Amino acid sequence: MFRNQYDSDVTVWSPQGRLHQVEYAMEAVKMGSATVGLKNKTHAVIVALKRAASELSSHQKKIFPIDIHVGFAMSGLTADARMLSRYMRTECLNYKYSHDNTLPVSRLITTVGNKMQSCTQRYDRRPYGVGLLVAGYDDQGPHIYQTCPSANYYDCKAMAIGARSQSARTYLEKHLTEFSSCDLDDLIKHGLRALRDTLPNEADLSTKNVSIGVVGKGTEFEILKESAMQVYLSEIEGDDKRGRPAEGEAESDDRPPQDPPSDPGLRDPAVAVATEERPSAMDTE
Amino acid sequence: MSFFNRADYFDLPYWQNGPAPGSLYHFPDFTTNFNSDAIQRTQSPMVTGTSVVGMQFKDGIIIAADVLASYGSLARFRNCERVIKVNDNIILGAGGDYADYQYLRSLIEQKILDEQCLDDGFKLKPKSLHCWLTRVMYNKRSSFDPLWNNFIIGGIEDDQLYLGTVDKLGTAFTDPVISTGYGAYLATPIIAKAYEANSQMTEKEATDLIYKVMQVLFYRDARSFPKYHLGIITKEKGIEIRGPISIVTDQ
Amino acid sequence: MSLIQDYIPRNLPDYATQAPKQFQFNPYADNGGSVVALAGDDFSLIAADTRLSTGYSIYSRKQEKLFKLSDTTVLGCSGCWCDILTLTRVISARMQIYQHEHHKTMTTSATAQMLSTMLYYKRFFPYYVSNILAGLDNDGKGCIYRYDPVGHCEKNTYVAGGSAGALLQPLLDNQVGYLNQENVEKIPLTKDKALSVVKDVFISAAERDIYTGDGITIKIITKDGITEEKFDLRRD
Repeated sequence: MFRNQYDSDVTVWSPQGRLHQVEYAMEAVKMGSATVGLKNKTHAVIVALKRAASELSSHQKKIFPIDIHVGFAMSGLTADARMLSRYMRTECLNYKYSHDNTLPVSRLITTVGNKMQSCTQRYDRRPYGVGLLVAGYDDQGPHIYQTCPSANYYDCKAMAIGARSQSARTYLEKHLTEFSSCDLDDLIKHGLRALRDTLPNEADLSTKNVSIGVVGKGTEFEILKESAMQVYLSEIEGDDKRGRPAEGEAESDDRPPQDPPSDPGLRDPAVAVATEERPSAMDTE
Repeated sequence: MSFFNRADYFDLPYWQNGPAPGSLYHFPDFTTNFNSDAIQRTQSPMVTGTSVVGMQFKDGIIIAADVLASYGSLARFRNCERVIKVNDNIILGAGGDYADYQYLRSLIEQKILDEQCLDDGFKLKPKSLHCWLTRVMYNKRSSFDPLWNNFIIGGIEDDQLYLGTVDKLGTAFTDPVISTGYGAYLATPIIAKAYEANSQMTEKEATDLIYKVMQVLFYRDARSFPKYHLGIITKEKGIEIRGPISIVTDQ
Repeated sequence: MSLIQDYIPRNLPDYATQAPKQFQFNPYADNGGSVVALAGDDFSLIAADTRLSTGYSIYSRKQEKLFKLSDTTVLGCSGCWCDILTLTRVISARMQIYQHEHHKTMTTSATAQMLSTMLYYKRFFPYYVSNILAGLDNDGKGCIYRYDPVGHCEKNTYVAGGSAGALLQPLLDNQVGYLNQENVEKIPLTKDKALSVVKDVFISAAERDIYTGDGITIKIITKDGITEEKFDLRRD
């Protein structure tokens, strides 16, 4: 029951130069609930929408602390995210043990990227079905990184992934210029508004279904308590639904995996909302 | 291969290790029995460098070590540099076994090279190198195969001065005044006294003091030499490795 | 025994073998240091001197030997400094792993048990460290745990350990435990009393023990957090 001739295995190329299995894994990210990440000059914030499997179950954890300077929000297969979190925690601990310092975020992401890539090049493995928004802080300031099952990763100014996250990205693009100069409280509120835009009309954010992770200068990575979140949630309540698209208008990217489109011709990897220029050592010296 | 080897049970000589008929008794050849599994480990240093001294001054760190590598009491190699620049914010001085130092230096150089290849704008900090060196030294001592060295690490980290040391066991600490070997007895009292009187020495005052201390060491440490190198790191000028500086003796 | 004493090494090359020889490299050093800890009903106090030495030389006069492990737990170490450095690094790593796996900070009693296990794990190549763990238990009461290098653990209310441990413990028995005294009123330990006892006790130790001196750091653990105090000792 293949969707086409060339998706039997991760290692099989299509004549158009595509790896269909990897692309299916990318779809898994869109199945998960949305998460938003953004940063200002001193802090990085991740905001995640939690889902409960049923009325009887609690909400699924979406934000994972990694070390005192990094944490991530995930979208996709939670079990895969847990494997990655264990790997990242070990990497950070080993670096801290031997260097008495926190592992630079860019280096952590590089090792994660390498680990994820190996799964896309072997027939006896499958790609990780999870996308991460990693928030971290190091000597080069706050960072938001996005990682994909395809093992691509991007250094972002702001980003949203997961179900209906296009609406959040639209919000982020619209307000991108405000982020770098706003304070932490406003940054969190921007994140919440972006996340709210991904909700269908009948639903709303609450302390139960939202999780917020903050890290920055002088602040170790922490997941905000419900009482702290309540303050932010009530502050954005007034301007509710302003930016939210009308029902049905939201680009529905939470559909089940679609047939890969026929060859769209040459194309670049998907453009992220706004990616950082990769800093060269020369610039910072 | 079977567990039962016929030769083991039936072809033994009648008198093991005894003289063959018509020949003289010889002692059993233990070489072939033992040497195959044995591994060599450092039991004692061979070619060694003597004291390393280091101190903080107003806006930098200074580390000094002479250029002699002794083979026991023989002044074997008389032009060995023992103070190096590790990267733009770390200097390192080494005493003890010179070969172990060269080995460790190659590890450090590779580490720095790997980091430069990443080109991510991060540079190893003195505290990180100190910790890493401590882990390496401790792991070697724990496998009973120590690197027979004393290291002094100096540097600047986030505009703060850093001076630390680690020995062959992995004993590590930081202090504004550190000397190893005979320097601990001869140099430390002089430098510590001067530092307590004035912890904000200028670079000139510091180099003059180190010159005097190296002179004292040369007078009383029989494994020392009247030529030394200085490693100086300051916030303004970065790293300078100066030398060889000759000690003028009174006699 | 007499066989060993009668043995005189002789130069007999004919008997020499190429077999591996036992060689003398001592992986341990005694870097001295003393730790004293006292527990009260709502606090714990732990103090350590700041001298790091080997034999007759002093390495450093400002070496911190108290390690804050959590908001309610402090570990004081003395003995072989390289083992202390390694042990405390491993403990911090293990505590971070615990935090991630259990979503809570390790309690003092959990830390105490883990330390015992970690020490015993190295039973045949021990960490040559005398550990004293001070903190608050689950009810907020002060508690102290003391260890031997291979993981024996016992809970106490007052402990002296390290190079001057044998010197100080009887003093604490008398002054804090009210032992060997008749008709004495056993007043529960207060913070002020604990502080003054610790200072007196360290002054005495610095007089008689060459491995203790230069200064002490005192950490007082209460439910409101950990406060620190420094105190100078003789430097000779």
